[in-house]
Amino acid sequence: MRNVALRSRGRALFPPLSLDVAPGQVLTLMGPSGCGKSSLLAWLCGTLDPALTGQGRASLDGADLTRLPPERRRLGILFQDDLLFPHLSVGGNLGFGLRSGLPRAERRARIAAALAEAEMPGFAERDPASLSGGQRARVALMRVLLAEPRALLLDEPFGRLDAALRGRFRRFVLDHATARGLPVLLVTHDAADAEAAGGPVLHLGA
Amino acid sequence: MRLPACLPVLLLVGAVLLPMLAGLAGTLLPAFGHLPALGAAGWSLGPWRRLLAEPGLTTALRLTLVSGLGATALSLLAVALFCAAFHDRPLFRRAQLWLAPLLATPHLAMGLGFLALAAPSGLLARLLAPSLGFDRPPDLATVNDSWGLALLLGLALKEAPWLLLMSLAALNQLPAARLMATARLLGQPAPIAWLKVVFPLVYRQIRLPLYAVLAYSLGSVEMALLLGPGSPPPLAVLPVRWFLDRDLAMTFPAAAAATLLLGLTLVAIAFWEGAAWLAGRAGRGWAASGRTLGSALVRIGGLLLPILLLLALGSLGAVLLWSLAGPWRFPDLWPRRLDLATWAAQREGLWALAGATLQVALPATALAIALAVAALEAVARHGRAAWPWLLGLSYLPLLLPQTGFLFGVQVMLLQLGLDDGFAAVLWAHLVFVLPYVLLVLAAPWAALDPRLARSAAALGAGPLRVLWAVKLPMLLRPLLAAGAAGIAVSVGQYLATLFAGGGRYATLTTEALALASGGDRRVLGVFATLQAAIPLACYALALLLPRWLWRHRAGLRAA
Repeated sequence: MRNVALRSRGRALFPPLSLDVAPGQVLTLMGPSGCGKSSLLAWLCGTLDPALTGQGRASLDGADLTRLPPERRRLGILFQDDLLFPHLSVGGNLGFGLRSGLPRAERRARIAAALAEAEMPGFAERDPASLSGGQRARVALMRVLLAEPRALLLDEPFGRLDAALRGRFRRFVLDHATARGLPVLLVTHDAADAEAAGGPVLHLGA
Repeated sequence: MRLPACLPVLLLVGAVLLPMLAGLAGTLLPAFGHLPALGAAGWSLGPWRRLLAEPGLTTALRLTLVSGLGATALSLLAVALFCAAFHDRPLFRRAQLWLAPLLATPHLAMGLGFLALAAPSGLLARLLAPSLGFDRPPDLATVNDSWGLALLLGLALKEAPWLLLMSLAALNQLPAARLMATARLLGQPAPIAWLKVVFPLVYRQIRLPLYAVLAYSLGSVEMALLLGPGSPPPLAVLPVRWFLDRDLAMTFPAAAAATLLLGLTLVAIAFWEGAAWLAGRAGRGWAASGRTLGSALVRIGGLLLPILLLLALGSLGAVLLWSLAGPWRFPDLWPRRLDLATWAAQREGLWALAGATLQVALPATALAIALAVAALEAVARHGRAAWPWLLGLSYLPLLLPQTGFLFGVQVMLLQLGLDDGFAAVLWAHLVFVLPYVLLVLAAPWAALDPRLARSAAALGAGPLRVLWAVKLPMLLRPLLAAGAAGIAVSVGQYLATLFAGGGRYATLTTEALALASGGDRRVLGVFATLQAAIPLACYALALLLPRWLWRHRAGLRAA
C-alpha cells in the first residue's frame, strides 16, 4: 500500500499510510475504535462505505488492486461475526466462493475436503444456525479459503469468541494462512492477537 | 455506458410524482374554468359560484371535518391507550400476526361489513332485539347519520389497526424497555410511564402514517358513500357524483370541489400540527409534574382498541355470513339456513371481475417491487450519489386526498385522448401501490448487514449475484409482505380505477360500490367476501411461504 488515506467529509481519518506484507507474513494493525482500521480493509476490498472517500494505491503480486471491482480482487476477508449466509446450507456457503465452471463432483469433493479440514466431516447439509460458535467461525474461514484468495484480511475475527475458543481458532486461522503462503493483514485491538501473529505491528491513528 | 447512480431513484419518484403533479394540474385548471378538451379556455370563477350555490355545502364540509379529524383522533387515542395499558403483555408482541386480516381487508369490504353489522336491520340490532323487544328494524339512523358518526367509526375500524402496526414498527426501533425501566424505578406506574416517556418518541415516528390516515379519512369516497349521509354527502363525494353526471359541464364544479378538498386537507393537517404542539406542551408539563394518577383510567381506555378490533372482525364475519345466508327474517340472529346459492348465481360475473382485479393488481405490484428494489439497491451501492432523500417524495400521494388529484388525472387523460386505456389504470394503481411497497421494504433493506454483501463480493460474487443470491433470498419475508400489501392496496382502489379507467374499467371494488345502492345484502356479501379474500390469501401466503421455505434455516425463522 502506498500513501493510502481515507477521508470522511474532507477530514482525514489517519495520516497517509504505506506498508508492505510479504507472503506468509502477518502484519497487525492496531488502534482505537473509530480510527478507520475496518474502513481501511473495506477500502482494500473495494466496498468502502459511500460516505467515505479513499485515496492511494494498493497492489498485490505487482498488479494494481484499486482498478478492479471487488469481486475480481480475490481478497479473502473475515469479520468479527461469521456472516454465514443464513438461507444457504453449510455446503452452500462453502460452495458460494468456489470458482464457477468446476464439475459438480469436484465442487462436492472440495467442500468435503474443507469440512474435513475444519474437523466437521458430513456437515454439508446442515443449517448454519445449528452450529456452535467455533464451528461457524471455522466454516467462515474455510469459505474464504475455498475462494482461493491471494491475500487474507482479518477484521477482528476473534473478538466475539470466548477466551478458550479464541486461542484455538486464532491458531487455526494463522496456520492455514501461513501454510498457503498468504500475506495477512490483521486488524485488532487485542494485544494477545498481535503477539500470537508474531509479525510486525503498526499503530494507526496514534 | 454508465448510468447515473440516481437513475433508479429518479425512476421510482417519477413514476409516482408525474401522474400526481399532472393530476393536481388537471384538478386546479378546470376549477378555474380552463379545460380545452371541453371547449373551455381562459379563466372564470363560474365553477366556484356553482359549488358555493350547492345547497348544504357547509354541512358537507362539517361532515368531512368531523368524520376525518374524528376518525384520526379516535384511532390515535385508541392505539396510544392500548399500548400504554397492554405493552407488557405477551399478546401484544404477537399483535402483528392477528392484525394481518384487518390490514388485508380493503376499506370497501370493511365498510360493507360495518353496514351489515350496525344498520338498523344489522346483526347488532338483531342481537339486542329480544331484550329491547324489536320486531322490526328500529327507526334510527344508526348508519348514514347526519353527523357522520357512523362514517367516523367505520374509518377508525380500518385506520386504527394500521396505526397500531406503524406504532409497533416504531417501538421496535426505540429503547422502550430501558426507558420504561428507568421511568418505573423513578416511581411511575407502568401505563403512565409509557404515556410519559415512550409515547412522545413513538408519536414522532408515526407522524407520516398519521397524516396519511388523516388525508385518507378526509378524502375517502367509498366509505363516505356507504356509511355517510346522502344529502348532503361529505365533501369528498361531490366531485365523484358530479363527475359521473351525464352533463359534462358539471366537470367544472367537480374540479372546484376537489380543489376545496385539497385545501381543506392542508388546513386540517396544519390544524392537527398546531393541536399536537399544544398537546405536547401540556404533556411535557404533566410528565415533569411527577403526578402518577390515572392508571386505572388508562387501563379502561386501553380497551377502546380491542373494541374497535372486535367490531372490525365482526364486520368481516357479517359479510361472510350474509354471503352464505339463505332466508333470513329480521329479528332472527341466524339465517334459517346457509347455502352457496348466492355464490353460484354470481359465479360467472365474479370470476370475470376477480380476473380483471388481479389483471391490474399483479402487474402493478410486480412493477412496484421491481422499482423499489432497484432504487433501494442503488442507494445501498452509491449512498448519497443516488439521492436517497428523493425517495421520501414518493410518499406524497398518501398525504393528499385521493379525489384531489385523481380527478385531475382523468381530466389530463381526457385531454390527451387516453382516457380508456388499461395502461392508465395500471399507472394510477402504481401511484398508490409504490409508496406502500417502499414503506414495507425500506427498513428491512437498510437493516441488512452490509458486511454480508461485502463477504459475498470478496468471495468473487459480482453486484448482480450478490443481489440475486444473497440479498433477495434473505429479504424474502419483507419482499412477500410488500407484495401482499401492494396487492391489498390495488384490490382496494376505487377512485384510481374509476377515474383512470374513465368509469369503464370494472373491478370487484367498482362493481361492489355500483351495486351498493341497490342493496341486496347477499350479493354485496359475496362481493365483499371475495374482495377481502384475495388480499387475505396473499397475506397468508406471505406469512407461511417463508416459514415453509426456511423450515431448515433457523437463522431466518427468528428474524
